[in-house]
Amino acid sequence: MTQLADYAAHIDNLARKLGLSYYGVDFELVPERFMMETAVYGLPVRMPHWSFGVRYIRQLVQRNMGHSRIFEVMFPGDPCKAYLVDVNSLAENVLVVAHVLGHADFARRNGLFRRSMSMAGGRILEQAAARAHRIERALAEHGHERVEAVLDAALALEAHIDVNRPLYRGPYEEKAARPSSIEDDDPFRRRWRHLPGEAAPEPVDRTEPRKTPPQPEYDLLWFIAQYGPDLEGWERDVFLAVREESFYFYPVFACQIMNEGWASYWHARLLREAEIEPPDLYVSAIKAHSDVVRPHASGDTLALSVNPYHLGFSIWEKIVDTQGLEAARQICAEEDDFGFVRNYLDPALAEQLDLFVYEASSDGSLKIASREINAVREAILEPRFNFGAPRVAATDVDVDGSLTMVHDYQSDGRGLDLRRAERVLEYVVRVWRRPVTLRTVDEDGARHELNTRLH
Amino acid sequence: MTSRIRFAAESPWYELFSRGARDWLRHNQKVRQAVREQVIDLLSDGDFITQPDNRTVRVTIRMLEHARFRLSEPRKHNGAGQGNAQAGDVLRNADASTDRGEGEGQGGNQDGGFKLLLDLKVDDIVDWLTDELKLPDLRPKGGATIEDNEIIREGSGRRGIRARLDRRRTLKQAIKRRAIQADPAPFVDDDLRFHQLRQRPRVANNAVVVFALDVSVSMTAAERKLAKTFFFFALSGLRRQYHHVDVRFVAHTTEAWEFPEQDFFEVAGTGGTAASSAFRLTQEILNTQYEGSRYNAYLFYASDGENGIDDRQNATAALSKLAERLNYLGYLETRSGTVRFAQTDMRSLIGELSGKGLNAETQVVANIDDVWQAIRRFFVHQANQSARTTQ
Repeated sequence: MTQLADYAAHIDNLARKLGLSYYGVDFELVPERFMMETAVYGLPVRMPHWSFGVRYIRQLVQRNMGHSRIFEVMFPGDPCKAYLVDVNSLAENVLVVAHVLGHADFARRNGLFRRSMSMAGGRILEQAAARAHRIERALAEHGHERVEAVLDAALALEAHIDVNRPLYRGPYEEKAARPSSIEDDDPFRRRWRHLPGEAAPEPVDRTEPRKTPPQPEYDLLWFIAQYGPDLEGWERDVFLAVREESFYFYPVFACQIMNEGWASYWHARLLREAEIEPPDLYVSAIKAHSDVVRPHASGDTLALSVNPYHLGFSIWEKIVDTQGLEAARQICAEEDDFGFVRNYLDPALAEQLDLFVYEASSDGSLKIASREINAVREAILEPRFNFGAPRVAATDVDVDGSLTMVHDYQSDGRGLDLRRAERVLEYVVRVWRRPVTLRTVDEDGARHELNTRLH
Repeated sequence: MTSRIRFAAESPWYELFSRGARDWLRHNQKVRQAVREQVIDLLSDGDFITQPDNRTVRVTIRMLEHARFRLSEPRKHNGAGQGNAQAGDVLRNADASTDRGEGEGQGGNQDGGFKLLLDLKVDDIVDWLTDELKLPDLRPKGGATIEDNEIIREGSGRRGIRARLDRRRTLKQAIKRRAIQADPAPFVDDDLRFHQLRQRPRVANNAVVVFALDVSVSMTAAERKLAKTFFFFALSGLRRQYHHVDVRFVAHTTEAWEFPEQDFFEVAGTGGTAASSAFRLTQEILNTQYEGSRYNAYLFYASDGENGIDDRQNATAALSKLAERLNYLGYLETRSGTVRFAQTDMRSLIGELSGKGLNAETQVVANIDDVWQAIRRFFVHQANQSARTTQ
């Protein structure tokens, strides 16, 4: 570990000479299993839920089959926290240290990360641990069944937040009463008021009955926590805990290509310029680099996915080559993946990278549909819209407390998977405790309404 | 300028606790719960009634999925890829897809074909049902329904036949005698000791259960399934009460045959119905193989209630005779959907018998819920019986 720390200090010095700017980074060497769990849970300490167990086993199987290996998990903050696997080779870990510094630099520059940090502060891991602890307490107090029911609902709606709203957000404002001027203009009433013995009438509240929500609300986690008619305090707490974590995850999700590309660009450059001794170590580290930053598995000539490390790395290299480092840093601060891919993945680069759009039909056939640049960009970005989730908004709470949600199928292009949607509604109804309705369209585009009530 | 990066030593608890494993166990618990809720479907397959030694049911189960809102699967699905290919290239033809993994092409959220194999103990299943149906707990019988005298050795004495000579005591007596005599004889008649016998009432702790099934054409597959489910649980209850349970299967149309279990529920007969044949065969089995004083006998008979008119006399006679030998006669009348007769021949016959004070009951079942009711009635009946006999 001291050896690794020496290399790290060396790389750190060089990084700062090259203008990387970051808060401190706490590194920790951990066993592989801990690393895997952290990757699965998304946080080093997080609330328990059975669905994490399923992901964990899947990851375990994949690792045992040799399909997946985790090198690094990094959490931006002040300081950042990064985990390295203790059984990985020194060369790999040196590479990972350089990579993490790239991430740390990115997180301090990028607008989304900065905003997230300005809202949540820099000690998100401690907060997450505290939340996990609160949920453990709720488990002890209210039992598995009840806490799990709340987590089922909250985690199912994990991606349904509105990132354009603040993290800490109060209830809707009551509408200001509209001045009622019509009555004064009525000659009859004016005359009436001046009759002897007639007191001025009580001012009538003519404001429209407040509708909840006043406009479609996409932040479902917040909405349920705020307006769930029968929610208990601790249940609200669970919803808000999940929501806070989602806000934290959003920048990582929305900048994955940029972020991984940036970190890969920097680890390559830092290793190259750090003049690492002995040369063997450098060669092994660079080999690890090329394993990570490659478009498809060795031996294949083509992949049905785009490796974000490779794509991001290639775009950044081109930007730095043609526009210089300062311009790259500017882009880093201002863009997310949408802007990044649309503005900087140019036709020449797409051609050079052999990017294509494929089309898979439900009959099993698979063909290359297009290599046109706009099609390629949109195919890359498609799974990243709206935090990767369909756009579902809460639109109405009726007087009896029943909730209506509407799926914006027009902007999503098609309806929801009805079977799953129904199960999500079942989760939600156990928390909302009044009837819940969801409107969407079915496979043929005909309107479809799902209704659930507590039984 | 101090370095802003730090290295921490690893915390020792990482090796001690795996939250992944904890949540995985919770998932498995939920799976078992889910299985528990669908246990009835699982039980309708597989022959596990007569396998008391290997009493587990193996079921394959998909992992649970935590549902999220997702867009419906489009007929054509686009994605971005990378590699050496031109527009229009066909990578895979439609018919080459037979062996592709199920998760493929459906987004990364599928469980990728991972399945769980669960071994469920039949005893657990019965426990679950006991909970679910709030069945009385059947304890092994303290007092028995049937008692028999048995003869056991107890103590020793000076008289007896040679075969019951107690050599050990005889030798002891001889040694004692020799010790006080000068020039003793090796054995004298006074030394001899014999085992003594005593009669004592014995509890019969065995049971034989005969399942009789009407396999005439009028019994449909659905009706048989109802009968099978009922048989299974009735037997599970009896297995808890008795030390040893023998199970026999009898099927009948106008004739009756005995079958091994695996064939029993598949048997299809043609022709009419003569229930008396099954009763006679049961009687014969009981008489020849199960001594009345040593075995508690149970007969469960499932039929749709239609018996040949010309068989009425015979059936009444055979069943009346048989009923005297039985601890319990359960008649399960299966009706899949349609209501046929308000009162069937068989039912009135059973009614007559129970009127005479014999342990006979009719259960009418049209669907699976009725089977649960029937099982509950049977268990309650059994529990009352054993309560009475232990008093």
